[in-house]
Amino acid sequence: MSSTERQLLSGDNAIALAALHGGVALGTGYPGTPSTEILEYLAQIGGRAQWSPNEKVALEVGIGVAYGGARSLVTMKHVGLNVAADPFFSVAHTGVVGALVVVSADDPGMASSQNEQDNRRYAVAAAVPMVEPADSQEAYELTLAAIEISERWKIPVLLRVTTRVCHTQAPVTPRAPVAPLHPHFEHDLRGRNLIPANARPAHRRLRQKLAEMAEWSETTPLNYVIPGSPKLGIIVSGVSFMHAREVAPDASFLKLGFTHPLPMRKIAEFVRSVERCVVIEEGDPYLADAIRAAGLSVESKPEMFRFGELNVDRVRRILARDPSAEPTRPPGKPPELCDGCSHHVVFQAFKNLDCIVAGDIACYALGVLPPYSAMDCCVCMGSSIPIGLGLRHVLPPVEAKRVVSVIGDSTFVHSGMTGLAEMVYNPPPTGHVVVILDNSTTAMTGHQEHPGTGRTLAHAQTGKVVYEELGRAMGIEEVRVIPLGKDCAEFQQILTEALASEKLVLLVARRPCILAAKHIREYDARNSCVPCAAAQEVSVS
Amino acid sequence: MNNKPVNVVLAGLGGQGVIKASDILSEAAFRCGFEVKKSEIHGMSQRGGSVTSDVLSPMVPPGAADFLVVLAPDQVEVNRGQLRPGGVLIAPDLIDPAKLANKKSLNVALLGALSAHLKIPESQWQSAIHACLPEKLHAANEQAFAEGRRAAAATKN
Repeated sequence: MSSTERQLLSGDNAIALAALHGGVALGTGYPGTPSTEILEYLAQIGGRAQWSPNEKVALEVGIGVAYGGARSLVTMKHVGLNVAADPFFSVAHTGVVGALVVVSADDPGMASSQNEQDNRRYAVAAAVPMVEPADSQEAYELTLAAIEISERWKIPVLLRVTTRVCHTQAPVTPRAPVAPLHPHFEHDLRGRNLIPANARPAHRRLRQKLAEMAEWSETTPLNYVIPGSPKLGIIVSGVSFMHAREVAPDASFLKLGFTHPLPMRKIAEFVRSVERCVVIEEGDPYLADAIRAAGLSVESKPEMFRFGELNVDRVRRILARDPSAEPTRPPGKPPELCDGCSHHVVFQAFKNLDCIVAGDIACYALGVLPPYSAMDCCVCMGSSIPIGLGLRHVLPPVEAKRVVSVIGDSTFVHSGMTGLAEMVYNPPPTGHVVVILDNSTTAMTGHQEHPGTGRTLAHAQTGKVVYEELGRAMGIEEVRVIPLGKDCAEFQQILTEALASEKLVLLVARRPCILAAKHIREYDARNSCVPCAAAQEVSVS
Repeated sequence: MNNKPVNVVLAGLGGQGVIKASDILSEAAFRCGFEVKKSEIHGMSQRGGSVTSDVLSPMVPPGAADFLVVLAPDQVEVNRGQLRPGGVLIAPDLIDPAKLANKKSLNVALLGALSAHLKIPESQWQSAIHACLPEKLHAANEQAFAEGRRAAAATKN
């Protein structure tokens, strides 16, 4: 699949192909819609890719790869960059040796996310250069460009994509692959040890790099003008370019692919060249704010278009200055827990016992919907345990004793362990009950492996984190594993006892996801067969 | 074909094969050399929620679809607004499930119905079905495709 033949690819797959052709030595990430397919496809086409427990770890592994003089790709959804923000900001200061490309896949309209967040702000906040593709071909080209920019300025690059770019399939014509770098280590104690004495000059170096890149931004072909009518000029980035071209094919366009630092002289020249200049962008008015702050007069979209995705109709309204209410589509069918899902049993018990449920992110968030309506909060990955503890600390005992934290297996490995440490360290007077819903996969995003499954991204056997052993080692007073059946009575009885005990209790409720169980059995059979497992190792390396 | 873009919206519920059907459609069109674009919303779809997939335009604007293919009866009204005036609705009641070798092939049967309206040669459809589905499902899906194509032709006449 590494040929240069024209192919039909999603934006995600185009990024993966570019990573392979661009000589990326290792791709790391944590699954999250709409970014998940990037690493899966990279592994499928012969690249090296692995899931990390969470995005922070994935980025830190990527930093190590880049410090070692190799090229690194790190993938995540928009909220993943919140988790990885700490290393992201600091690696901008240290710089890199090889290349480091961080993919942030934003989800305007929240097809499958807990919040709407425009991660272009992160490029500015962390002082990191950013590229924004509009379609699959650009996703391919700009991934390669991001690798080149990273190597040239020895800096991490943010590759910012959105759901439509990630999941739209379009033709891609690839280029000839480039040779990978030869990893090697050189000491740079002052450059990479961010103690204050080193970090102060590092920040100045970073700003100097940005100043150089701002000049480069003025001339790079990634930012280009499409001449058209002088009556209307459109400044645009990302998928909005496609919508705007369809609505106003005769307009003049300034298409921005390198969107931090912005080419302000080029933008000023374009603004002056047209009678009316409109900025078309999804999400926050990132471009419009920056352009206006530079003293240029441009139109931006009304606030109503800040919410959700843009589309052809909405861009038409922005250009027509049409503030009328948009037609509302009849509601679709909401998702629900699958028939036969093991989570049913657990949520039935929560409902029967009138629990106060601190929930978490994944399939089981569907427990908030009827028929159970048995989840009281769902904020961010791993939050269930600490929020449950906070509730226990302040609620009157009679209410506190009904509080349960519920978290999935993948989410627990992602960021639940520190919550357990908090529980052991600051136990509430009424104790606490944590339920890990162990369905042996990352179900919500399409059944990815994680450190608790004991299988790699490509489903080969590897080391395994065992939650019950971990819980005991961390000092949880009572740890129980409960194989879940179809009937909720047994689980409900155990939960009742746990709530009454006023101890710190960890319940591991275990049954494989009904959609993944067959595949899991196949992986395990293959992995227990030595010649097959060996062949598989070769095929994915 | 001429240069006028053709917009197709496929809609249904998670697990019905909306995305697979759109994969086959875009694969068939791509094999014919068309500038294919396929976009989908499938974040929560695995859990039975609504799924839509737009083929041949990055996002088909409301009221701009030339064809609307719907896999679930209760999703017809939800998505009807996608269709342009005079556009063609291909609804699940076109297919008699008893005539399908495998009832799960409704998605491909409806593609067969769609194919009666599009200028994509049957051989390319067959190649696309083969490319997108495992071999053991080829026969059932070819049968479903032929059944859908026949049903649509009967309606047109």
